[in-house]
Amino acid sequence: MRSDNRAPQRPKAQHWVAPLDETPLQEVDAADTSSTPRSLWAEAVHNLVRNPVFIISALLILLVLFVAAFPGVFTSQDPTYGNLSSANKPASAEHPFGTTRQGYDTLARTVWGTRTSVIIGFFTMICSTILGGAIGALAGYVGGWIDEIVSRITDIFFAVPMILGAIVIATRLGEMNMWTVIMVLSIFGWTNVARIMRGAVISTKSQDFVTASTALGAGSLTNLLKHVIPNAIAPVIVTATVNLGVFIVAEATLSFLGVGLPTSAVSWGGDISRARDALRNQPMMLFYPSVALAITVLSFIMLGDAVRDALDPKARKR
Amino acid sequence: MIWYIVRRLLQMIPVFLGATLIVYLLAFAASGDPILTLAGDKPISPAVEQQLRAQYNLDKPVIIQWLIYLGNVVRLDFGVGFNGRPIADQIAAAFPVTIRLAIIAVIVETVFGVIAGVISGLRKGKLIDTTLLILSLLVIAVPTFVLGFVAQFILGVKLGIAPINVGRDPSWQNLLVPGFVLGAVSFAYVLRLTRTSIAETVGADHVRTATAKGLSRGGVVTKHILRNSLIPVVTFIGADLGALMGGAIVTESIFNIPGVGTLLFRSINAGEAPMIVSLVTLLVIIFLLSNLIVDLLYAVLDPRIRYAK
Repeated sequence: MRSDNRAPQRPKAQHWVAPLDETPLQEVDAADTSSTPRSLWAEAVHNLVRNPVFIISALLILLVLFVAAFPGVFTSQDPTYGNLSSANKPASAEHPFGTTRQGYDTLARTVWGTRTSVIIGFFTMICSTILGGAIGALAGYVGGWIDEIVSRITDIFFAVPMILGAIVIATRLGEMNMWTVIMVLSIFGWTNVARIMRGAVISTKSQDFVTASTALGAGSLTNLLKHVIPNAIAPVIVTATVNLGVFIVAEATLSFLGVGLPTSAVSWGGDISRARDALRNQPMMLFYPSVALAITVLSFIMLGDAVRDALDPKARKR
Repeated sequence: MIWYIVRRLLQMIPVFLGATLIVYLLAFAASGDPILTLAGDKPISPAVEQQLRAQYNLDKPVIIQWLIYLGNVVRLDFGVGFNGRPIADQIAAAFPVTIRLAIIAVIVETVFGVIAGVISGLRKGKLIDTTLLILSLLVIAVPTFVLGFVAQFILGVKLGIAPINVGRDPSWQNLLVPGFVLGAVSFAYVLRLTRTSIAETVGADHVRTATAKGLSRGGVVTKHILRNSLIPVVTFIGADLGALMGGAIVTESIFNIPGVGTLLFRSINAGEAPMIVSLVTLLVIIFLLSNLIVDLLYAVLDPRIRYAK
């Protein structure tokens, strides 16, 4: 409470220290100490729902997932039925995006291709994150000579570009399907997750709460799983989200090079590379699968960006 | 400093050995017989097959093959390819082409990426920043080969200002469009990295001090903001050289450029293990060396970093 008559009453008194009611201390005192502060994740969610980038990317991802789950809603045509008598047709009521050189309905190909890309992107992300996360956590948490060896092995895989390694394995495997593509991409796709996990685990394991947990008698495995990994996983989640988009592009690139999914599979990468021959007469055949691919990849990269901003306390202050 | 370099060079040896072993195992792991691939549809006589197998050491276990290969490489003998030409000759013919392509790509990503990133970072939140950011996202989201098709179609077929096929002995001029396509994705990453880094440095105390002592805006940006922001960018560009060599497979196949990428893709399809291993090893060595150079550049950019040991 402000004593409003203090200054006029004692005009000669000099305040060497600001009076209590003028300092911001009151604000601090006013804070409700009974409520618990929001956790990192709650704070992140609080920030995310106010970020337009997150809203846009989340809506786009929901759309992509919906198309992947229920392609029948968007097209009644069979993507694997080629009718040569109606090949190379421009857009019409029956074929809103036109038809390809083999008489496939471009809309049906684009819609059904979503499922292939999403499944490959999603499972490759899961496999590579688990593999890289486990390797990185092991190296960072155990340390010592195990860290030294595991890090050198990571370096070896990191030094071979993912596409290059994937081509070498894919060529040897012969006929590919979705699961072999996922495997091939995961083998060389885990290294950046491992590096980030290792760094995050190293900086987390020396913090006080981990020491406290050890003092309370927690074993090292409990510590790792219950305290270190949950507190080190934020940057890994960001990388994994961005990686999902990268893997979708990588799958399309393998199909383009002819070592990915077979030509019988419905996939954006294959359709894009076949559309190249018809570019002069039918540029839209290239346009639709490319735009679908770009929107999907874009939405995951934007989501990764938004999550990174929300989890980064430095960015949050501004 | 010298000792640091020596130590780093020694650390490369296990990585080099491991990478060659992995690629060697992968190239032979699953199905596919390179000699039958080489023979094609024509039946091959057992005597010839035996001779070829012995010539390329295919009759021995993979580990022994790898050891023989290593022994030869140490003596700078890369062996003979399946087409009868020495592997070293074939690589020497293809390598300068890809180097040119990579130089164009690195210049594109560095110059355009850093300039756009600085503009974007200094004007964070303004229209130009948003425009550049959206552009960079689009470039990342559209696969390189789509960019390549479109560039080839519009610049080559429609406008006729760039060659559609590059062909043998390409000039710098002919490699310009493929170089831009190759560097496009990295350009977007450099832009984003520079932007974040610049935006972080702009608010730093030393920048305020530099402005307060009366330095011009240009001086502050080039001497104090840029130099402090470039470390993550330099790291990225160094690590990116390896990815560029991988990306060259796609770009070279679109524009029909007879470089390392084309050679590599052809030898992978033919199951020509010594060639694959030699090329991949070369790429890995380039990657490791560029990373070493990046680490040494740290000391130039940030005088606090010293390599004592």
